[in-house]
Amino acid sequence: MTNEALKAKIITMLPEAEVTIGKQYLEVVIPAEKLRQFARALKESEETSFDYLICLTGIDFPENMMVYYHLESYKHKHIMVLKTKTHDRQDPVLDTVCDIWRTAEFHEREVYDLLGVKFNGHPDLRRLFLDEGWGFPLRKDYMDEIRIVER
Amino acid sequence: MTTPDEIKTQEYLINMGPQHPSTHGVLRLLLKLEGEIVHNVEPHIGYIHSGIEKMCESLAYPQIVHLTDRMDYLSAHMNNEAVCLCVENAMGIEVPDRVRYIRTIMAELQRLASHQLWWCVMGMDLGALTTFFYGLRDREKVLDIFEETCGARLTVNYSVPGGVMFDIHPNFQKRVKDFIIYFKKKLPEYDQLLTGNVIFKERTKNIGILSLEDAISYGVTGPSGRASGFACDVRKHHPYSAYPLVQFNEALDTAGDTFARYRVRITEMWESLSIIEQLIDNIPGGDYAIKMKGVIKLPEGEFYQRVEAARGEFGVFIISDGKKNPYRLKFRSPGFSNLSALNVIAKGWKIADLVAIMSTLDLVIPDIDR
Repeated sequence: MTNEALKAKIITMLPEAEVTIGKQYLEVVIPAEKLRQFARALKESEETSFDYLICLTGIDFPENMMVYYHLESYKHKHIMVLKTKTHDRQDPVLDTVCDIWRTAEFHEREVYDLLGVKFNGHPDLRRLFLDEGWGFPLRKDYMDEIRIVER
Repeated sequence: MTTPDEIKTQEYLINMGPQHPSTHGVLRLLLKLEGEIVHNVEPHIGYIHSGIEKMCESLAYPQIVHLTDRMDYLSAHMNNEAVCLCVENAMGIEVPDRVRYIRTIMAELQRLASHQLWWCVMGMDLGALTTFFYGLRDREKVLDIFEETCGARLTVNYSVPGGVMFDIHPNFQKRVKDFIIYFKKKLPEYDQLLTGNVIFKERTKNIGILSLEDAISYGVTGPSGRASGFACDVRKHHPYSAYPLVQFNEALDTAGDTFARYRVRITEMWESLSIIEQLIDNIPGGDYAIKMKGVIKLPEGEFYQRVEAARGEFGVFIISDGKKNPYRLKFRSPGFSNLSALNVIAKGWKIADLVAIMSTLDLVIPDIDR
């Protein structure tokens, strides 16, 4: 499906989605509470059929924490970037998608480990690389007096 | 006297690793066993986590290239190339054709070296030590070519944004062609030694089956995914560098068992040889790099670049705010996603099968830990 057709389809699926055709891929920003329902629809709908989660990235932006999902359809070969955000920096919580795309189980643990975003409904949300109580190094306000040298 | 029926076993937990010969690095698997049947595998990783994504946030783009070959050191060139391609695409730079040819030849040589090492280690894991000597003997030839081209044997650092670091050595083409002739004679030996071996077949066929649906859902890419029928070769479906110019087949299998993952890699070695053959005589003249500014700044935006590394799809995702270092940089490493499927593959098989399954997933730990 072309990006234009995909854009029209996504707007019919979720009217409140902000859809833009980016330089590379179609970019869709959705409210966090619609994430699970919309992700499931994206995977199960015959026309979109996004069954391959390429990459899951958590980003700490100045005003919010965002999670990006790079999705590809094995059948149709089209790609899109699904984005969702949470404004709560103290206790950021999003819904899990790891029952929809199983690879998310590890990726969400990584995002939790490095950014502190919790995923509701994740079966085994523990630190992945670092020890308990380490802090969240990929946050922009992370300070480590011992290991990071300011130049 | 107790009969076998009365002997009860109970589930117990055992650690495999972090220092275990078959994990090829510091990976700890927490196994839930009954007898020697694996009920659950829980990977514990992070022993060599280097925080590479955090480091990249304070480094300039040419510096980041040098870090990437420390992740999956067996596909060092592909990792370098991925960052270079991402930076070039973001800046809208077209590299000369000569660079595209050189990069593709180097990438395929790297893939061969990686698969050779995988093959010798795979044999060794299953108790066939001879393969180790055969594989390393042939890998040495590739590493010698690397050494002559760029001075390094493992962490090559050959690609830079805008081109490659030096022009190829005058001997390069002759040496690569000699190697192709040499390795085409040696590759059938691999089949004679291992592929047809009865013990090897018994230990790999119909064992550790990964279904197509699971392969896609777990994001298992590369030869491991293609053995389940997941046509995910980035070189074929999203071609970059000189791959649009060459003819090659995507090695696919549908069985999804350990033997299929083995055979896909052997087929890939033949395909890599064929790709190099098509390119080596046609390297166009011209510059080996274009002149870049001293400080590389990317325009604001999000850029994703995927390449086919030896273990699967390697992705570089850069979010730039227009400064000389990235706002956020994410590496999508193939080993990380492949490892997540280990539990679903190994469940129900014996520990000895788990060793074979891990061999065919071809895990490189720095690639997983990053």
